[in-house]
Amino acid sequence: MFGLSFEDGKLMVHLCEEIDHHSVSSMRSRIDLEIKQNVPSEVILDFGDVSFMDSSGIGLIMGRCRIMNEIGGVVKIKDASEQIRKIFRLSGIDRITKEY
Amino acid sequence: MSVSDHIKISFPARAENEGFARTAAAAFISKADPRVDELADIRTAVSEAVTNAVVHAYRETDGLISMTIKLTEYREVIIHIRDKGCGIEDIEKAMTPLYTTAENEERSGLGFSVMESFMDKVSVKSEAGKGTCVCMRKKLSAGTDAEG
Repeated sequence: MFGLSFEDGKLMVHLCEEIDHHSVSSMRSRIDLEIKQNVPSEVILDFGDVSFMDSSGIGLIMGRCRIMNEIGGVVKIKDASEQIRKIFRLSGIDRITKEY
Repeated sequence: MSVSDHIKISFPARAENEGFARTAAAAFISKADPRVDELADIRTAVSEAVTNAVVHAYRETDGLISMTIKLTEYREVIIHIRDKGCGIEDIEKAMTPLYTTAENEERSGLGFSVMESFMDKVSVKSEAGKGTCVCMRKKLSAGTDAEG
C-alpha cells in the first residue's frame, strides 16, 4: 500500500504494488504535496513491494528528479526488482538516480 | 501458422482497464507455461500498448479497445491491440524513444521502446481519424516439461 514518511529531512515513499498510468497520478500529487510542504533533501522511492511497473513509472521518477533538482535535493531508488531495472536501463534513469 | 488457442476481448478505453488488460493477457498466456520473465515482459508490453490507446487514441472521448491474443503451436504469442481513435499521423516519429505528445502529463515517451525491447517484433498500422493497430509477437522458450 502507498505510504509516505518523513525523517531526518528525508522523504521515504513506499510505492504501491502496481505502477501504471492509472496509479501514478494520485501518487504523484501526494508526493509533490509532501515535497512542497517539507522540502526534503532526499526523496527515497521504495520499490520493495512493487510487483509491476511500466514506463509510467519512469515519468514519475523523472518528474520527481526535476522537482528535487530545482530545490537542490536528490532522488534515490530502493529495492527495485530486476524486471523494473530493465526499464530503468532502457530509459537511462539509472544514470541520474542513486541507490539508497 | 497453426493457432492452438486464441482469445478476443474488448473493453472501454479507461485508465482503470489497463490493469485488467495485462492481467487478462497474462492469465491466458500462463497456460503455455512461460518463464516468469517472459510473462512479465508481455504484461509490460500490453500495458504500454493499452495505455497508448487510452492516453493518445481516445483522448477526451469514449471508445473501445480490442485485444486479441493468439498462441501458436510453435509457442509464439501474437497480440493485436486495436483502437478506433484518432490514429497516428507519423508512426516513425511516434516510435522514436522519448517522443511524446503528452509531456505535461509526465509521459516518458518510452511506450514503444518498452514494447520493442520486451517483445520480439512490434508493428504498427494506423490511419489518421480511423484508429491504430499494434501487433506484437514473442516466441516463448521451451516449456518447463521440455527442459526436463
